[in-house]
Parts: sequence; structure tokens; C-alpha cells
Amino acid sequence: MVAAARSIEELSEVLSGACGQCLVEKVVERGDLIVTVLPNDLASVLRTCKENPQLDFNLLVDITAVDWMDARKERFEVVYQLLSLSARSRLCIKVAVSEDKPEVPTATGLWNGANFLEREVWDMFGIRFLGHPDLRRILLYEEFVGHPLRKDYPVQAKQPRVPLRAPEVENTARRMQRPDLVTISSRKNTEEKSEQKTA
Amino acid sequence: MSDGKLLEVDFGVGGITTQARPREMGDDLHSESMIVNLGPAHPATHGTIRIVAEISGEKILDADVDVGYLHRGFEKMCETVDYNQVMPYTDRLNYVSPIINNFGWCHTIEKLLEIEAPKRAQYIRVILSEISRVSDHLTCLGASAMELGAFTVMLYMMEARELLWDLLEEVTGARLTVSFGRVGGVKDDLTDGFGDKMKVVFKQVREHLVNCDRLLTRNRIFIERMCDIAVLSKEDAISYSLTGPMLRGSGVNYDVRKAFPYSSYDEFDFEVPLGSKGDNYDRFLVRFHEMEQSLRICEQAIAKLPAGPVIVDDPHIALMPKDEVYNSIDGMINHFELVMYGVKPPKGSVYHAVEGGNGELGFYVVSDGSGKPYRAHVRAPSFIHMGSMRKMLLGVNISDLIPTFGMINMIGGECDR
Repeated sequence: MVAAARSIEELSEVLSGACGQCLVEKVVERGDLIVTVLPNDLASVLRTCKENPQLDFNLLVDITAVDWMDARKERFEVVYQLLSLSARSRLCIKVAVSEDKPEVPTATGLWNGANFLEREVWDMFGIRFLGHPDLRRILLYEEFVGHPLRKDYPVQAKQPRVPLRAPEVENTARRMQRPDLVTISSRKNTEEKSEQKTA
Repeated sequence: MSDGKLLEVDFGVGGITTQARPREMGDDLHSESMIVNLGPAHPATHGTIRIVAEISGEKILDADVDVGYLHRGFEKMCETVDYNQVMPYTDRLNYVSPIINNFGWCHTIEKLLEIEAPKRAQYIRVILSEISRVSDHLTCLGASAMELGAFTVMLYMMEARELLWDLLEEVTGARLTVSFGRVGGVKDDLTDGFGDKMKVVFKQVREHLVNCDRLLTRNRIFIERMCDIAVLSKEDAISYSLTGPMLRGSGVNYDVRKAFPYSSYDEFDFEVPLGSKGDNYDRFLVRFHEMEQSLRICEQAIAKLPAGPVIVDDPHIALMPKDEVYNSIDGMINHFELVMYGVKPPKGSVYHAVEGGNGELGFYVVSDGSGKPYRAHVRAPSFIHMGSMRKMLLGVNISDLIPTFGMINMIGGECDR
């Protein structure tokens, strides 16, 4: 039913041919191919992976990040998981990001699915995705202080209380100007009733 | 706004006189687009989600999907406990099919440890996962059918789900928060006579499914509410990173169980139903047909259930039998070590995915060699599917928002983590 899956060796060879000069490191770990690239090369590597017909990584599975604190030279690591539906193979791309300049280019131009995933990484780690059309917090609220999945964010940290927000959604119904269709001009009945009551 | 002449209307009832202005075409019709806020606590969105939709008349012009109301820091919590203690947290991800989450986590840690669960454990995982998948689809379809007025279908489906949950309860001891997975296997073997009970229950479930099929699949109201609504082409579905029934509804043949078989899924004969158009009706059909396939897998698995242990025989990974713990010094030390420090996988990072109820449920785990995960990340299908919701909503009627949302089957616990 499905074509045979592409072997890791085959994939590794094609990848070296397509963007070998950009790959800092290429390892096979527990049956998965993991490559490391520099932030400057990331956009071109992702584009090659998606658009090269031999690679054909058409589905962006996941974007996440790891905070290495002092364990590594560059504090953050952004991790992309790609999947090729036609060749049934996966690829993991890692890119090291420094603490001083936590920025990587966005992948929203290649995959629409990158939108939410990148917003989540921004929300949780404070890594900016340059060129992202709408980089807002997603799981947390705008007033949240800090980025909770960073290792220096304490597990028990408390957040300040947020004052009541002004309603961000304008009630456009209030702008409607229309006269009342039905107005009751005289209230004979009620007057009569009140007279009866007083009597 | 023209100043229309006020018209005296005497209704003559009790002497009330009303004044009304004669209406002219286009006179007081409000023609600007309007912003409607739906949620986060809306009775028709089963889950806390807020959608700010800009509508013109009934058409949705734009929508902002706001998730995160159920965020409770799953990933941060995972970093504070050991690998087996994460199990109860995974129960609360997709709480309609918690067993699949349990086993997804177990598979990931097993990949990190480079071990494999015993064959019998793998088969038990398959049986329980598939029962959960059916209950997940039943919940999704039942709730959506109810929202479109088919209340009977929901009752039939809930009854079928109860029957299946009784089966799960018999094995795991719990209905929802089962925590049944263990790194290296499962907590317990199947109970005696489970196969016979399963046969009886499956017969009843199939009867319910036939009834639901008769009530729903060719129902004109249902078809007209579902067909050609929220269409996603193959290209769009792939671009939005959809997986599971959403992707297969658009006609893309990708099922993790077939593409990257785990837990002996390659030993079972089952089909992957695919949609043709990628509308809500296709997503419904894919889920409906998947249920039958899941039942088939369960029957095959129980028929050729291999004998043997249900958890690996490694004192550094799984707890030893109690008589060894009480009667031998090694047993006690191993038990103590495992309880106090947990499983210690070697350094490294790993991504592993299983086919969850809603799609590819992936875990990315980084180990620094200690007993606690250095970083644990869930690739939650619901969250990613919500990213495509704006695209699906553009141009549909506001009343179609609810079935579209129902077919995404967002589970708050999984989406917001």
C-alpha cells in the first residue's frame, strides 16, 4: 500500500548533497537523523528541505526549544521536526540560539502550521521569530511576566494580579443609531390601575 | 438615516397608541461588519476557547482563535518529577483517550532507554489504545451530532462509550485518569475472561454504531449542515501541519500506525479510511469508519495475544515482584533506588509519535542522565489543529462554527497543556 520508507543513510546522503555546507553537525541518534545548523542558514535549510523534491519534507510536525542554561555555549536550542509524507522519513533540525540575541527566522512563509508553534515558543522561551506576522503570546496572557519554560523561571513563581482589562472588543452594536420602532405614548391603563389602587 | 414621518398606529387594545416610523428599504439595516465574541465559556464550545469573529450578516469575515485558558504548565511540571510520575499528568492531556497518552509517553522513554516492551505488553497496549480511540471518536461525533440536533445519536454513542469504559475500568481500575502505562510495559495483565467480555461489549457497540449510522450518515439535515463546509484542500491540510482524522479527511494517507509502526501495529490488518473533499462531513466519515477498524484491531490482538510478562525484567526500569523486594537484599535496594531516584535514561534527546485520537501525538524528551526529564514537550494535535481553524472559518456562516469546532475535536487539556 505505502512505498517503502527511505533509509536513514539514503536521506543523510541526499541531505549532504543538497545543503551539506550548511550542516554543522549530523548525527544518527536512536534511529533518528538529527542535524544542527547555524541560525543564519536556518531559513535556507528549511526551504531546501521542503522544496527539494528528493527531500520533500512537506509537513512541519513540531517546533520547540530547549533551555540549556550554562551547559552549552549558546543558551537556547530551537528544535524542528519535519516529516516527509512521500518518503515516510523524519528529520530533526536543531539550531543554537544565543541568550543575547534570541532570534531565528520564521518558518511561517513555508508552512502555515508554523504560526501557532512559533507563537508557543515565543510565549514559553522568549525566542523571537523574525518575520512572524503575529507574534503574540498564545497559551499565556499578555500581562504575564517572564517566559515560564526558561530554566531560571522558578516552578513555584507567582504572577502579579492583572487589573481588569478594558474590553478589547468594541461592542459595535452600541454604535447603531436607530430610533425605537415602538414607543408607548400614553399609559391610560396604568394610570387607571394606579387610581384604583389608591382608591 | 432619513427622518421618516411618524405614523400613528392605533391598536385599539386598551387604548394604547403606538408610534412607528414606516420602514424603507436599506433605511435602518445595520450593514457594517460586527465583532462577535464567542467564549471562553460558551455552552456550545465543549472546552474553554475564545473565538473573536468578525461577521457580516451571518458570514464570518475573520476570526481570531484564542487558546490557552486551560494552561497548567504540563511541560514545566514534567521537569520536576521522575519519568514514571509523569504518567498521571499525561492522563490529563487528552482526557477522552488517556491511555493513548500514557503509552505515547512510555514509548518515548523506551526509545530513550533503547528498550522494547515485552510482546504481551505491546498487544495489551494496542487493545487498550484502540478501545480508547473508539471512545474518543464516539465522544467527538456524539457531541457534534447533538449540536446539530441529533440528540438520540448522542445518547446511543454515550452508551457505547460507557460500555467501552467499563472494559477499560475492568483492566485499569479507573474510567478516565487511568495512569496505566509504565516505562517498560503496562501496570497489570488483562483480567481473566477479558476477551469474552470484550466480545459481548463489541457486539453491543456495533449495534449502537449501526443505529447511529442509520440516524446520521444519510440524514438530510446532518448532511446539509456538514457537507462542503470548512473545506481544506490536501495542500492546505499539509501546510497547516494537520494529522489524524483531519488530515485523512482531506484525503492524505498518513497514519502513524501505518507509516511508522510502533507497538506491533504492523502485525494487524486494518484499513485507513480517507476522505475525498476535506469538508466536515469527510472528517465525520473518517472518524466513523475508523471506529470499526479499531474494533477489528482489538479482535485480532486478543485472538493472538502472546503469553509472557507484561513489563520488562530490568530492576533499573521496572519495580521487582514484591516477594523479591521483601525477601532479598538486592530486591529491596533496587526497589528503593527506583522509587527514590526513578528511571535514569542515558543523555540524549528523542522524538517519538503515536497515533492519538486526534492525530499525531508526539513527545520530545531531553534527558541529562538524571532521574527527571530535562525537558519534555508534547506535540499536541488539538493545539496544532486550532491553528487551522481561522482558515476553515473564513467565509462560512456563524452557525457552522460549532460543527467545524466539533470536528476539530479540540480537547482543552491537550490543546492548552
